Amino acid sequence: MAKPKTLFDKIWDSHLVNVQDDGTCLLYIDRHLVHEVTSPQAFEGLRNAGRKVRRVGATLAVADHNVPTTDRSKGIDAEDSRIQVNELTKNCRDFGVELFDMNDIRQGIVHIIGPEQGFTLPGTTLVCGDSHTATHGAFGSLAFGIGTTEVEHVLATQTLLQWPLKNMRITVEGKLPAGVVGKDVILAVIGKIGTAGGTGHIIEYAGEAIRGLSMEGRMTVCNMTIEAGARAGLVAPDETTFNYLKGRPKAPKGAQWEAAVAFWRTLPSDKGAKYDKEVTMKAADIAPQVTWGTSPEDVVPITGKVPAPESFASEDKQKSARMALDYMGLKPGTPMTEIPIDYVFVGACTNARIEDIRAAAAVAKGRKVAKGVRALVVPGSGLIKAQAEEEGLADILKAAGFEWREPGCSMCLAMNADKVPPGKRCASTSNRNFKGRQGPGARTHLVSPAMAAAAAVTGKLADVRKLA
Amino acid sequence: MQKFTTLTGVAAPLNMINVDTDMVIPKQFLTTIKRSGLGKGLFFEMRFDAKGKENPDFVLNKKPYRKAKILVAGDNFGCGSSREHAPWALLDFGIRCVIAPSFADIFYNNCFKNGILPVILPKKDVMRLMAAAEKGSNATFTVDLAGQTVAGPDGERITFDIDPFKKHCLLNGLDDIGLTLQHGKKIESFEDKQRASQPWLYR
Ligand code: SF4
Repeated sequence: MAKPKTLFDKIWDSHLVNVQDDGTCLLYIDRHLVHEVTSPQAFEGLRNAGRKVRRVGATLAVADHNVPTTDRSKGIDAEDSRIQVNELTKNCRDFGVELFDMNDIRQGIVHIIGPEQGFTLPGTTLVCGDSHTATHGAFGSLAFGIGTTEVEHVLATQTLLQWPLKNMRITVEGKLPAGVVGKDVILAVIGKIGTAGGTGHIIEYAGEAIRGLSMEGRMTVCNMTIEAGARAGLVAPDETTFNYLKGRPKAPKGAQWEAAVAFWRTLPSDKGAKYDKEVTMKAADIAPQVTWGTSPEDVVPITGKVPAPESFASEDKQKSARMALDYMGLKPGTPMTEIPIDYVFVGACTNARIEDIRAAAAVAKGRKVAKGVRALVVPGSGLIKAQAEEEGLADILKAAGFEWREPGCSMCLAMNADKVPPGKRCASTSNRNFKGRQGPGARTHLVSPAMAAAAAVTGKLADVRKLA
Repeated sequence: MQKFTTLTGVAAPLNMINVDTDMVIPKQFLTTIKRSGLGKGLFFEMRFDAKGKENPDFVLNKKPYRKAKILVAGDNFGCGSSREHAPWALLDFGIRCVIAPSFADIFYNNCFKNGILPVILPKKDVMRLMAAAEKGSNATFTVDLAGQTVAGPDGERITFDIDPFKKHCLLNGLDDIGLTLQHGKKIESFEDKQRASQPWLYR
């Protein structure tokens, strides 16, 4: 009998175009997502070399990082952002690549629109010039971020030079307690293995808690896999996956759908497949999580306290904790629930899907955003925005005092006008709490959408389970 | 791409772990459509204060290190986003080699595409080099890619490991796309087979 294979092995092996004697692999790429920030230099390279985009049908482009989240009918004010977005439009036109422009209802954050359109499919390789490409792994697609030179390489050749990665499996056993969601799972994972815990690996998520997540929840988990240092996250495709994909515009149809599902069912890891590293966690031990520092591994349960730098084992970690607390303006020993906040951001490719907006609205319903707090909800795509409006979620949020914006990356990385001012504190559903990420001097606490909404209505970091 | 053979120059010590790409080059510099000119944004928030004035305490603002060609740093250098603007900014500033105990994956790969050599060494060696780099302009390092060695100011050579193919491309300044296109036939036959077995991937 053939050696049992992991999901990763199956995708990897079936995409090898060439393997050199020295182990360098040429991997075929099925799907390529393109956005305005990491692509201009790649298209310029193609143009200079007189090359074409090899498979326009395998390529999809969208402007998301730079676009304003307020009224866009008059275009973009900031000159450099406008130039970059216009450049993408021109490049897509010149090279024949499909583009969802700023005023297309299908426009949104690149990692949200791929799955939404059924462009992301199980068993495929998918890349994008963006580290959070790991998101698409939720479908059992080997998906990872690449640099601009590699973007050019994929555009020109539909392949990438790659070196074998190691397999790691993280199993979350049992059912998640009430009030604990995908965001809490991945923050707890990063807290456990650290931001370099997955370096050189891909991580397959398994276990009852993962199986029980919706596609939205699985995408949140895979999204932040890069924050654990791993290239890609994977969840084996199952009925939840197929139900999500069925009928999506770019998903297979009719007889092809049947054939595709039959093939996708063969993808999950074989019994007895070997992993290079295994981590097991109990769902029951996970509480809603919140970060206190400037790295996603600086995380505690909401019931916890700001840690003392001395409590860390290594000197490096003590030093970085001291710097983080200084930047965050926090004192060791402070209960997390006593930390007042100024801003709330519900959005980003981590948590701007319909389920996330529902979760925020459920907390906001009948409540008001606390005085002095500015709260933004930025849906992940135009379609999500429309759906949330139809479901009445937008009205609930607006009535509670949340701002309801146009889709884009927004305050996740503050490349457009949406910034947290210096020294201000934000409860954010995004994925990075790096120094200055949400604006120079901005202080970020990563949380789930319900926790963000709880912070908005109480004016402090709060345990959403106590609000119910 | 510029070849990398040997490099002799001042090494700047940046004794921090988890230096992320937002620190290397913050987002306000990402709106460019060019690869050049990003050196001015390198480590922007550490290098300059809120008014745009140089922070005299930051290593690259100190006299000997203004001309640094090598950077010595802590674990997990380059974590965070996939932005190739990070190596572009290093290159534009004049840094062509980063030495650390570990690197984030995407950043590590991006270096090789831009003629920058990322050197992974055991922590104790990195810390020795870090101490040597603290000596400023007296601390000239020599990095020899062919011989796979780093020599600190005391002349002792430390050997590092590197993937042979990556080394070959860097030594010769090879363009990956050109190399890959030599496999054009294999790519075509892969596509023919895949189109037959998974037609839904082709539209
Ligand atoms: S939402 Fe944030 S993390 Fe996601 S693609 Fe946009 S900038 Fe990157």
